[in-house]
Amino acid sequence: MKITIFRLLPLSLSLGLGPALAADSAHNGRLDDQTQLPKAPARTIHQQYFQPPAETDIPNNAFGELVRRGQDFFVNTKALAPEYVGNEMNCVNCHVDRGRKANSAPLWAAYPMYPAYRKKNNKVNTFIERMQGCFQFSMNGKVPKADSEILTALSTYAYWMATGAPTGKALPGRGFDEPPPPRGGYDIARGKAVYEKQCLICHGDNGEGKKVGATVVFPALWGKDSYNWGAGMHRINTAAGFIQHNMPLGRGETLSDQEAWDVAAYVNAHERPQDPRLLNGSIDETRKRYHAEDGVNLYGVVIDGKKLGQGVQ
Amino acid sequence: MKQISVLALLLPLLANGADGESIMQKGGSSPAAMPCISCHGIDGKGMAAAGFPRLAGLPEAYIAKQLADLKAGRRENPVMQPIAQSLTEDEAAAVAKAYAALPRINVTAGPVARPQPGSGAWIALRGAWERNIPECTLCHGPAGVGVGSAFPPLAGQSALYIENQLNAWRGTEAVPATRKKKAVAALPPTRNNDPNGLMRHIAADLTTAEIKAVAEYFAGLGESKEAFDESQHRLR
Repeated sequence: MKITIFRLLPLSLSLGLGPALAADSAHNGRLDDQTQLPKAPARTIHQQYFQPPAETDIPNNAFGELVRRGQDFFVNTKALAPEYVGNEMNCVNCHVDRGRKANSAPLWAAYPMYPAYRKKNNKVNTFIERMQGCFQFSMNGKVPKADSEILTALSTYAYWMATGAPTGKALPGRGFDEPPPPRGGYDIARGKAVYEKQCLICHGDNGEGKKVGATVVFPALWGKDSYNWGAGMHRINTAAGFIQHNMPLGRGETLSDQEAWDVAAYVNAHERPQDPRLLNGSIDETRKRYHAEDGVNLYGVVIDGKKLGQGVQ
Repeated sequence: MKQISVLALLLPLLANGADGESIMQKGGSSPAAMPCISCHGIDGKGMAAAGFPRLAGLPEAYIAKQLADLKAGRRENPVMQPIAQSLTEDEAAAVAKAYAALPRINVTAGPVARPQPGSGAWIALRGAWERNIPECTLCHGPAGVGVGSAFPPLAGQSALYIENQLNAWRGTEAVPATRKKKAVAALPPTRNNDPNGLMRHIAADLTTAEIKAVAEYFAGLGESKEAFDESQHRLR
């Protein structure tokens, strides 16, 4: 069961998973581009992360109302916008502390990075387009229109949270600050053991998560209620970063790089909803076009005699 | 036909060997296993003033685990430990089942108030992430109604009970002697039974004032007269 990354990713690894990879995988001007921005700089010693304004700083006016509306959508996405959410995820599931927590893809670091121009594809992605990607992939849903209430509210919330953040400057804490790939590769079986010890209590025997009434409390990590094969989180490197900094809840930074990669691989070695970009019904073609150079991922890879990427509904 | 139905009613009791209802009302087979209702109330909703917790509608596996932990000393409590130790395994299982079958707490799901920083509601709904303290409702569910069998309801419990538990997880620090006062020794936590160590650092990193405030917040949520609606979304 042990898989070395070298086998899966002969080139990208030696180049590192940083800017080169992100640029390489951006082949064209797709709206649904899920490629990563260049890696954010590391925090220097004693450097504080950017501090977003406090919730009490939200002004009591029409703008403030929209900020609060955005925050409500952010934490109750499925309940308030079921028409756009095809699974059971909420924005806050990946962006902990309502999008405020460093290394949990905080909004204050993301917002000022857009529009992001990519030289290679000569295409500018706006922040709205980036959020549309979230709905299409992470929420496995329907893309809200650019001028829809939900995207207006969410981008207003993000804009407010980035108050005082420098525009166009990558801030430490942006994204998930992925740990470097372990030398000996990752191991899915070892990841299963980490999962059972650390994650199962909340996310369940089959990664199904847990609900109260109709509301998800602990999100599904695979299966029909989880993010689809096109979401950034399906990359093992991305999930490893999220997990290491944020999981178990309140006990982030306790898993080693190896454990984070192993358990991320275990989670992402399970079936989930199909990549909506599926080309000609072919997993292989889709892998070649969208996954082969997109970080470390198992889409289209045969594990235990089964080719991943079949999708579930 | 009548005989069959009587038999059907008796079967679960025979199979289990212990009657949870009877243990609640009259106690277990050992005289030390006092009737649960004497402290946890006739309706199983506890006694707020004394800090005796609500058991009604708590998950069966959760109650069973607490009894086992009390028995084994992973959860220390001078009142409850001897009782847990005097219950047989069958009795503990039966009483856990019986309490789980009582109505679970429900809190009216309405618009969520916007909490003020520094309040109990703030800890409950926002947490203190700068100290890696998640909002309580993140694991204990919207309005603290409980999630699965590992995250018990906080709603429905008294402020005193919640405060006592948070203090039990954190223990107390030693106070060095001064000219006027003797040194006070540190007390280790009396609860060491949180799954995956999820609670202990949270309790340790909350301030005394925050513990009091958040306990009062959940105690103040009250109980809805309506039954828990499984089809309903609960906003955060």
